[in-house]
Amino acid sequence: MRRFTVIAVPYLWLLALFLVPFGIVFKISLSDAALAIPPYTPTLDLSEGWAGIKALFAELDFENFVWLTQDDLYWRAYLSSLQIALISTLGCLLVGFPIAYGMANANESWRPTLMMLVILPFWTSFLIRVYAWIGILSTEGLLNQFLMNIGIIAEPLQILNTNKAVYIGIIYTYLPFMILPIYASLERIDGSLLEAAEDLGCSRLQAFWLITAPLAKPGVIAGSFLVFIPTLGEFVIPSLLGGSRTLMIGKVLWEEFFSNRDWPVASAVAVVLLLILVIPIVLFQRNEQKQREAEQ
Amino acid sequence: MSRKFTWFNATALTLGFAFLYIPMVVLVVYSFNESKLVTVWAGFSTKWYGELFRNQAFLDAAWVTIKVAVMSSTLATVLGTMAAYVLVRAGRFRGRTLFSGMIYAPLVMPEVITGLSLLLLFISLNVPRGVFTIVLAHTTFSMCYVSVVVSSRLASFDRSLEEAALDLGCTPFDAFKSVTLPVIAPAVISGWLLAFTLSLDDLVIASFTSGPSSTTLPIKIFSAVRLGVSPEINALSTIMISIVTVGVITASLMSKRALVKRQRDEQRAFQQ
Repeated sequence: MRRFTVIAVPYLWLLALFLVPFGIVFKISLSDAALAIPPYTPTLDLSEGWAGIKALFAELDFENFVWLTQDDLYWRAYLSSLQIALISTLGCLLVGFPIAYGMANANESWRPTLMMLVILPFWTSFLIRVYAWIGILSTEGLLNQFLMNIGIIAEPLQILNTNKAVYIGIIYTYLPFMILPIYASLERIDGSLLEAAEDLGCSRLQAFWLITAPLAKPGVIAGSFLVFIPTLGEFVIPSLLGGSRTLMIGKVLWEEFFSNRDWPVASAVAVVLLLILVIPIVLFQRNEQKQREAEQ
Repeated sequence: MSRKFTWFNATALTLGFAFLYIPMVVLVVYSFNESKLVTVWAGFSTKWYGELFRNQAFLDAAWVTIKVAVMSSTLATVLGTMAAYVLVRAGRFRGRTLFSGMIYAPLVMPEVITGLSLLLLFISLNVPRGVFTIVLAHTTFSMCYVSVVVSSRLASFDRSLEEAALDLGCTPFDAFKSVTLPVIAPAVISGWLLAFTLSLDDLVIASFTSGPSSTTLPIKIFSAVRLGVSPEINALSTIMISIVTVGVITASLMSKRALVKRQRDEQRAFQQ
């Protein structure tokens, strides 16, 4: 009896507030725009029993998905989300790997402090960390002032309200997600392996490529997914740092819902975004499983 | 790793931490700027802090945010700990795969989708939106984080202790309360803290699930920032950054002290 309660409470909670809402999104994505205009009335009338369920299926309609393929706005938004997520993930890796490497090579007594310094920004509000870049990147911002003062540029650069600012914002806010798994895998590497490689005539760089890099791979893969997956649906960064031409699917969904009030299309956008996300998530899980098997 | 601290490591760390911290330092410095223009320094002043504390809308939003965070993280900790217990201890039961799927899926779900789906649920059930609906939404996604944190601790914990308690006549609930809970307490506490910060930080899901009378601080900050940079937000950010910094440093000092104390106790136990 007790066991049943312990299972049932979280189970029912997740069913009611995670799975059912999802079903509703799916349902609305298949309904006519006219039927779904607020105030939206539930189309599934359970009091009618089987007839209600039949009526529900009778109303299903794929026109919202067809609409997504016709207006090239959505295609471009999905593609540019993928592009932004890929480039940002690569950027995170380029910035994060040396930091993780430096941390793993630092003195043992230093490491907890360095770790805390990486985690601290993560505990600080995401919104504020994005906001901080507005004052730095704007045309009269600190970065432009600095570059002009030291004479690298004569004219202020336009960075804010372009995709460049979006890349910087994403790399900055998601950096801890990249550093921590790489650090975890680098820290575990047995130093004697590297010594052995050097004894056997490897140069430092060769030892890095032959030993450190392969052993760091699981961390790099985990970190890349931890950055790539949430970035794909990002809304805050493109809407604060990006310009009107920055297209990301999270932003399109938000605008479709709040500005255009087209709920069925917003729902269809969400369903397609999920389908796109399923691929990297399945890959990620497979990789995790492989890693677990390798460890055993 | 070979612990050779080279110039490469030193530069990587210096540049890396500069990148992580310069934006925050800039916010803090410019929160004391006299000028309204964020990019021009016009002398030291604390006037934006005064403006912030006179701004009733911000204070109301802060209060809503704290209420929501306390309620949702507490609820999420209870539900998340139960879920972790189910994942680690309940063995096989019908629908287990679906259950673990529902625990992990919200962690990777884009916030816009979670927010949209919850809003559509509340509307179709005719639930008036407000603090209550934000709490429900925040509880749902943060209970998953709590259960991930707690289940890793639970998995590494020796089950025979619990069985001993049961053999000695404890009810399962007593055994959980007096044996399991004290052992997993650190994970439960860090789960609560994680849920609390996630709730404080959330903009997207709160925007979808809040009503007109329940604006949270992130929603307020977002709309202020969209209208342009404002020095009041700098002051607010500085306050938030300092609270987090003090909190994290205190927590790490406390855990370090606890570690030292435990090592000392162990040593003493050995000597006796």
